[in-house]
Amino acid sequence: MPWTTVQVEKLGEFFIRGNSDSGRILSYKDALHEATDQALARDPRVFLLGEGIDDPAGVFGTTKGLQEKYGKDRVFDTPICENSLTGFAAGAAMAGLRPILIHSRMDFLILSLDQLANHACKWNYMFAGKVPIPLVIRTVSARGWGSGAQHSQCVQGMLMSVPGLKIAAPATPYDAKGLLIGSIMDDNPVLFVEHRWLYKTTGDVPEPLYSIPLGKGAIRRPGTDLTIVAVSYMVVEAMKAAEKLAAQNISAEVVDLRSIKPIDEAIILGSLAKTGALLVTDTGNITGGVASEVAAMVSEKGFSLLKHPIARVCCPDCPTPASDILEKAYYPDSDTICARALEMLKQ
Amino acid sequence: MDHQSLLECYKTMLKIRMVEQRIAEEYKYDEMKTPIHLSIGQEAIAVGVCRNLKPDDYLFVTHRSHAQYLAKGGDLNKMIAELYLRKTGCSSGRGGSMHLIDTTVGMMGSSAIVGGDIPLGTGAALASKLKGDGRVTAVFFGDGAVDEGTFHESLNFAALKKLPVLYICENNYYAINSTVFQRHAREDIFRWAESYGIPSFQIDGNDVLKVSEAAEKAVERCRRGEGPVFLECLTYRWKGHIGTVDDVGNGYRPKEEYDYWLSKCPIHWFGEYLRSIGVLTDELDQGIRDEIAKQIEEAFAFAKNSPKPSPEELMDHVYAG
Repeated sequence: MPWTTVQVEKLGEFFIRGNSDSGRILSYKDALHEATDQALARDPRVFLLGEGIDDPAGVFGTTKGLQEKYGKDRVFDTPICENSLTGFAAGAAMAGLRPILIHSRMDFLILSLDQLANHACKWNYMFAGKVPIPLVIRTVSARGWGSGAQHSQCVQGMLMSVPGLKIAAPATPYDAKGLLIGSIMDDNPVLFVEHRWLYKTTGDVPEPLYSIPLGKGAIRRPGTDLTIVAVSYMVVEAMKAAEKLAAQNISAEVVDLRSIKPIDEAIILGSLAKTGALLVTDTGNITGGVASEVAAMVSEKGFSLLKHPIARVCCPDCPTPASDILEKAYYPDSDTICARALEMLKQ
Repeated sequence: MDHQSLLECYKTMLKIRMVEQRIAEEYKYDEMKTPIHLSIGQEAIAVGVCRNLKPDDYLFVTHRSHAQYLAKGGDLNKMIAELYLRKTGCSSGRGGSMHLIDTTVGMMGSSAIVGGDIPLGTGAALASKLKGDGRVTAVFFGDGAVDEGTFHESLNFAALKKLPVLYICENNYYAINSTVFQRHAREDIFRWAESYGIPSFQIDGNDVLKVSEAAEKAVERCRRGEGPVFLECLTYRWKGHIGTVDDVGNGYRPKEEYDYWLSKCPIHWFGEYLRSIGVLTDELDQGIRDEIAKQIEEAFAFAKNSPKPSPEELMDHVYAG
């Protein structure tokens, strides 16, 4: 059993009330699997490629059995060459297919920046829209269990400044399915940011195919005293923090961004109009990341709404350590969010 | 090759040469505000390969791609307009000389990152295999690109998946100003490709007939579904890496080397050959040159009279759809 599975198995169940009430409860992992299965069934242009995606574990269960069902042409393992893999997928997209490239660690994405940032994301612009690139790149991040500096990164922040790229970061099973379908349907390169610690999260997921367009956030918990804008796994920690803050009579509103490029500015500013206080939390490093971008946007467009300084709760500017003691010091959680919120509300 | 085909090869090579010479002449007026990379001296490779491709076969090329664009049948007016960064250019003034495209003839765009087009072309070939559409993809790159990881990663993948892709390395011995001998421990690039299990050949890239013959067999093999082929075409870049500079004797390259390759001019040699077999006469040659000159005149007039993009268009096409 892969180490991340061990770690995730230790996590408690976390149910996020989503945007539907079909009564059908799925895990985040199974929602991804279902979306992929349905996309492959519906659209012959869709195919999956990536390192080890056809092994028995099937990318933590998200591609399990799909090669048997759709054949080795549409679901296949690849050589270990992340940069060129991105180019192969982009080239196939230019020729009319809709590839889904999977990196089981987000760290590996950094190897592919040339084909992603220099090529896939610029082609549509450089050639005035003549050759669009409908490409989905799924990346899985994790944390804990001594993963260390090269098996735990969440680098979505550094990619936010790449023009032509869209970035989805679902936190709920409903969004995992809908945003994956939305990403496949999108005519642009989409980075699809997943987090292993969300894989066991459960929620309502309707069976029929549905899509969620990128760029629309969701309010996960209404509140009046403080807005917590959260991304990916930090939505879970934000929800727990909101619960803890409620015990101290602080009403926190949790905004799940769902997509970080484009960012749903209206939902953030709308929430701030109620609360006047902003805390942003992301899974990545603090400098130049999602939280910085949200803070900058709010400073420009919502400065008059703020009654307190903006707070950012992210990983410090430090590579991920392997030691469990250092890991604990490194990763923010609901307690970190609470402490920072209380501190900020006093300022 | 029949006489008509021989003449077509000559005409296309001459057209590329004359277009690039005209670009070089006009460049000093600073109206083409874009870096240009001329392939004067290398025309036989683009022509020899592209004449074996169908219009819907894919073509992926580099920053030095005027020759392949024209050889594949790309629109001359739109190319020159792109060099003048006009709205009517093939990339609407967003690309410049290094980013040419004409999807109507299968040319899917060019990359200005060394080795950048190799995975993309390989991916298009993957799509053709998955779709079974019978298309072949030709991917051009220089000897500099074989230094890149994308070259090795792509060749391995294409061999593994038996993709219908023809790799053409235009070995002009220089990556900017670094010779292939400064950069590689061994000289036979085609042997590198062979080591991936790809049939690979080293040919005289200044002999359009030899290039065409090799490309014809390669394209047939790709079309039969037997996998990729690699052609290393030996040639020489007459001009400096960029712009219109002549860098010979300035400490960049020896005059003797330059003179040797000038004596191997692919167009002069081929013209002489056509005369010797009675296919080309002075009168016919002049007629061809006049016709090309007229096309070039029209293309430059079209470009110079075309509107420039307006600032409001800046953000158009960042995203598709």
